[in-house]
Amino acid sequence: MTFRARHLLGIEPLHPVEITTLLDLADDYVGLNRAAVKHSDALAGLTQINMFFENSTRTQASFELAGKRLGADVMNMSMQASSIKKGETLIDTALTLNAMHPDLLVVRHPHSGAVDLLAQKVNCAVLNAGDGRHEHPTQALLDALTIRRAKGRLHRLTIAICGDIAHSRVARSNILLLGKMENRVRLVGPPTLIPAGAEDWGVEVYGDMAEGLKDCDVVMMLRLQKERMDGGFIPSEREYFHRFGLDAAKLAHAKDDAIVMHPGPMNRGVEIDGTIADDINRSVIQEQVEMGVAVRMAAMDLLALNLREARANG
Amino acid sequence: MTELVLTNARLIDPEAGTETLGTLTIRDGKIETITGGRTDAPGSVDCGGKYLAPGIVDLGVKVCEPGERHKESFRSAGRAAAAGGVTTMVTRADTLPAIDTPETLEFVTRRAAQDSLVRIAPMAALTKERAGREMVEIGFLLDAGAVAFSDGDAVTTDTKVLSRAFTYARSLGALVIAHPQEPGLSKGAAVTSGKFASLRGLPAVSPMAERMGLDRDIALVEMTGVRYHADQITTRRALPALERAKANGFDITAGTSIHHLTLNQLDVGDYRTFFKIKPPLRSETDRLAVVEAVASGVIDTISSFHTPQDEESKRLPFEEAASGAVGLETFLPAAMRLYHADLLSLPQIFRAISLNPAKRLGLPCGQLAAGAPADLVLFDPDAPFVLDRFRLRSKSKNTPFDGHRMEGKVLRTWVGGVEVFGGEE
Repeated sequence: MTFRARHLLGIEPLHPVEITTLLDLADDYVGLNRAAVKHSDALAGLTQINMFFENSTRTQASFELAGKRLGADVMNMSMQASSIKKGETLIDTALTLNAMHPDLLVVRHPHSGAVDLLAQKVNCAVLNAGDGRHEHPTQALLDALTIRRAKGRLHRLTIAICGDIAHSRVARSNILLLGKMENRVRLVGPPTLIPAGAEDWGVEVYGDMAEGLKDCDVVMMLRLQKERMDGGFIPSEREYFHRFGLDAAKLAHAKDDAIVMHPGPMNRGVEIDGTIADDINRSVIQEQVEMGVAVRMAAMDLLALNLREARANG
Repeated sequence: MTELVLTNARLIDPEAGTETLGTLTIRDGKIETITGGRTDAPGSVDCGGKYLAPGIVDLGVKVCEPGERHKESFRSAGRAAAAGGVTTMVTRADTLPAIDTPETLEFVTRRAAQDSLVRIAPMAALTKERAGREMVEIGFLLDAGAVAFSDGDAVTTDTKVLSRAFTYARSLGALVIAHPQEPGLSKGAAVTSGKFASLRGLPAVSPMAERMGLDRDIALVEMTGVRYHADQITTRRALPALERAKANGFDITAGTSIHHLTLNQLDVGDYRTFFKIKPPLRSETDRLAVVEAVASGVIDTISSFHTPQDEESKRLPFEEAASGAVGLETFLPAAMRLYHADLLSLPQIFRAISLNPAKRLGLPCGQLAAGAPADLVLFDPDAPFVLDRFRLRSKSKNTPFDGHRMEGKVLRTWVGGVEVFGGEE
């Protein structure tokens, strides 16, 4: 078995071999998703609950579709609306759900570490769909698959992650994953949006787009997370776009065949110029969405295998 | 009262900095004589060569009366203290409601007298409701027995209010205890900023916020001449400022917590909320610098900052979980880690946990001297055990040391010559 994890809580506990196994399987599912009949029975009979304590359209839809294509019974729960308002604690919510015998629990929560806490209290496989500013493992995996398919490899690439690193769980998971696969990772952004201690993460930190993007294979833009900011991190959106927004002039510093990525949803004209985002020769943003479904299918398939094995062994 | 003779004990004298084998006699609740050698007089208690020290004076214990008795009462805290060798609990004012009137303070002293096995010396708030707007009745509260004035971790942001409170306290000779922290910078923080905090994605505060808070307070001390104690200094960068203020002759002392001396930020690991304390745990570099400052005397006191929290307030995502750890019963064994690591000697430790806090608060205890109250702890610094949090006497079990291998057991505790703890089982 080359994928041993019981839960997918983050990239941090994964071994490079586990990452490769997952991406290989996801590649197969890309084929399935492009076929006329998009269905498999890998998760038949299993129940998947999507529990979102934070607004999400894209990630939730992606997980829902992934589960349905694999034959699972999928239920969506929007947790902001229900028990939170009534004062129920996270652990009580977990125990309540656990009593319904789900097999796969997909959780997004606004607080870092909340999904880990929940995973300790339930008997099923838990997938982290984003916890606070901590991790968003399936996003990093789908980014990795996109890069691997575009570049033909997932090692010895120079990748610039640009923008709002401080508030981004996507950045943390990507830094961990790309580091484990032996790539050269750069962080580019204004110092107020670079987290403290980032220079000790094994990355190079740049405060200037031209320098940071020089000779990069991949340019990964991040969304400016205005909703997580409680103070002035940048003077204005127009100054931010001028200095850190990705446009043709800044992208010219990267390699000629560099690809442009964005986890979505995009703020056009804030962190990325619309024409770059829509340039089918450079932008792989639509592929990222497609890979998202495949990667989530692969992750749930592997976790379900481990879950069945664990249950068979008592 | 009958005489008690404790012989064949290693006597720790924090004042003189010595440990000597000897005999100590107690009469009328006070230490009567201290002599070298041992006696075989009938009725004397043979201490078996174990260590006898002045009982711990724990500056900053939270007993959750009034308001949250389900977390800790005077009865449970008193039993925990006795078992931990703490003979005086200097209680905090951050209760619900805050202890900000003479009436509330009298309630506390009465409840303590009814239920607590050990002495209490109560602190009062410095401002009403700890809200930082109006000073409390410092005069009345002094008369009612307040030993110091502190708003705990509620930092007064209005410097004018604080300077008036300091000036008024100065005129009455009252001791003010503050929590040095720049509140704007530390707002919402759960851990210390750095590589670890960023990887965990937790809201963090720079260690510099402590130094900024201390710098402001030192300026106010210089301005008003108040007697000032910083409750917890936990970072390397705050130490030079403290050292300078002392060298300049200001009436300033500082403490730290046993948790900051024995744990660091990495102990939080995978969001373990029992390690969430205020201020947050620091880097290993900071920890070692603070230990060094205790050894050199720049930091005067060590406390447990006993803060009971029930399971519900800790079983939450890290950011939402309550801060604080219980410490009365683990104080001495945790301090023994510093002794076994050759960082501090036993007299140095008791100087910081017994003598200095008593001196600063003007209490007669904390020393091994004829005429001092017979508040004593007999302990074995080498006895090993594994801590099981459910065996703690505190109502709340939120200790960071659960499952830890520790060394150092309290064997017996006396308060005023009366035995309040006689060992396990």
